Amino acid sequence: MTAPGLGRRRVLGAGAALAASTVAGCSGIAPGASAGRVVVVGGGYGGATAARYLKLWGGSGVDVTLVERNAAFVSCPLSNLVLGGYRQMADITLGYDGLRAAGVTLLHDEAVAVDVPARKLHLADGSTLRYERLVLSPGVDFMPEAIAGLGAALDSGRVLHAWKAGPQTLAIFVPKAPYRCPPGPYERACVVASYLQMAKPRAKLLLLDANPEITSKKALFEAAFERYAGLLEYRPNAELKELTPTLARLDFEDVRADVLNVIPPQRAGDLARRAGLVTVNERWVGVDWLTLQSTVAPDIHVLGDATFAAPAMPKSGHLANQHAKVAAAAILRSLQGQPVNATPVMMNTCYSFVSGDEAMHVASVHQWDAAEKTLKPVSGAGGVSALASRAEARYAMGWAQNIWADTLAL
Amino acid sequence: MRYRACRIALSLAWLLGGGAAHAHDALLARNLAATCANCHGTNGHARGDMRVLAGMPADKLVALLADFKGGAVPTTIMQQIAKGYSDEQIRLIAAFFAAQPKPPGPQP
Repeated sequence: MTAPGLGRRRVLGAGAALAASTVAGCSGIAPGASAGRVVVVGGGYGGATAARYLKLWGGSGVDVTLVERNAAFVSCPLSNLVLGGYRQMADITLGYDGLRAAGVTLLHDEAVAVDVPARKLHLADGSTLRYERLVLSPGVDFMPEAIAGLGAALDSGRVLHAWKAGPQTLAIFVPKAPYRCPPGPYERACVVASYLQMAKPRAKLLLLDANPEITSKKALFEAAFERYAGLLEYRPNAELKELTPTLARLDFEDVRADVLNVIPPQRAGDLARRAGLVTVNERWVGVDWLTLQSTVAPDIHVLGDATFAAPAMPKSGHLANQHAKVAAAAILRSLQGQPVNATPVMMNTCYSFVSGDEAMHVASVHQWDAAEKTLKPVSGAGGVSALASRAEARYAMGWAQNIWADTLAL
Repeated sequence: MRYRACRIALSLAWLLGGGAAHAHDALLARNLAATCANCHGTNGHARGDMRVLAGMPADKLVALLADFKGGAVPTTIMQQIAKGYSDEQIRLIAAFFAAQPKPPGPQP
């Protein structure tokens, strides 16, 4: 918890020189000396992975504090299965003990502001944390002003978003892209329809999409919607304009439903906005994809859904985990005064369920393009499932088990 | 932990032809292999039904990925992912996993 002193920087410089003469930076840092103090904000897929990999790769050479407001990690991936009744909240809730055991200092508090020039983070309890590098993985926050009445309708508790982790649970409204988890709304509609078909076959589920077409796994979801014909109705170009707790107004019609599930338009988490890091379309944080450094604050690395995406890179938990590893590697190298990896690679895998026990995937691999200075999807690689299957549902569960363990050091 | 990382880096350097000149490759291999961890576990120590990569002989993993890449072995997803990595990257990834300690117990 002590602030880093100037003396340690000199130690660091000597360590870096030593490291250059040994393998992979090993023994570059004297025992007991800390190479740097990194504060991570947000213990979701991005931030938790960053904290974990900073310790895994940096060992005692780096001091890592993770600030997370919630006591436990709740996974958004697989959460639609909870809405369908196929899983319980307990199945997607995990603890932070693994990270503690890995040497990460956990602070369950809320980060309220960043003093960028002073390299200080202010917490809700009034304390401040100094950092050499700050990693922000603030996720998304909603844009209540984007739809008339949205803020009040959500506040009333009658209209639910269920698009951030937590205890919440039907017309489903899909916002215009980009938003967190492109296939998520369509998966939710399928899984809920699967439940309704079994338990309430006379129910009706409207899926109202502000986009001109399904934004991810289109043909596969169209095939899935066919199974729920008569129960699930999908409408593209249905942008929500105004909302009350019981009524949703589109351009040319009003929609009434017993349950309105509105997935609001999104932007980078508020902390990033307040820190002045939002640089793209007044919504997203621009980053250097070689290091995930903010384009306006190089001491701050921003991960996950809050970033302005590289080409064809969806906002997914899997990619937040991959962002974190590239950032962790870059932070450790640059704290040692070494050049960062010049050819980072990321990949994405995203499974969607279309019923309680069938799933399908989309995958992509993103390689560094030196000319364009960004990560680009490899053409000819990646793709989607031939069809949804039970085998892929088992892979989806295997994916969850392994990414949770990788992210949280379980 | 730090000692283990060094041991792995050194054995990687040996696998890749030996010498400190390959330290760069060792770090690159570590970073590349980390892209596999989401499904195959941290350092290849997979949980559940996923294939354990830790301790797999490098030539075996190279051959497996080449088969996925070329379509010789049909898969749901790995043929799509393998195509995203160059042969050189696959060689580095395989060397990294080969250098990881094998988990105890029977391998799937």
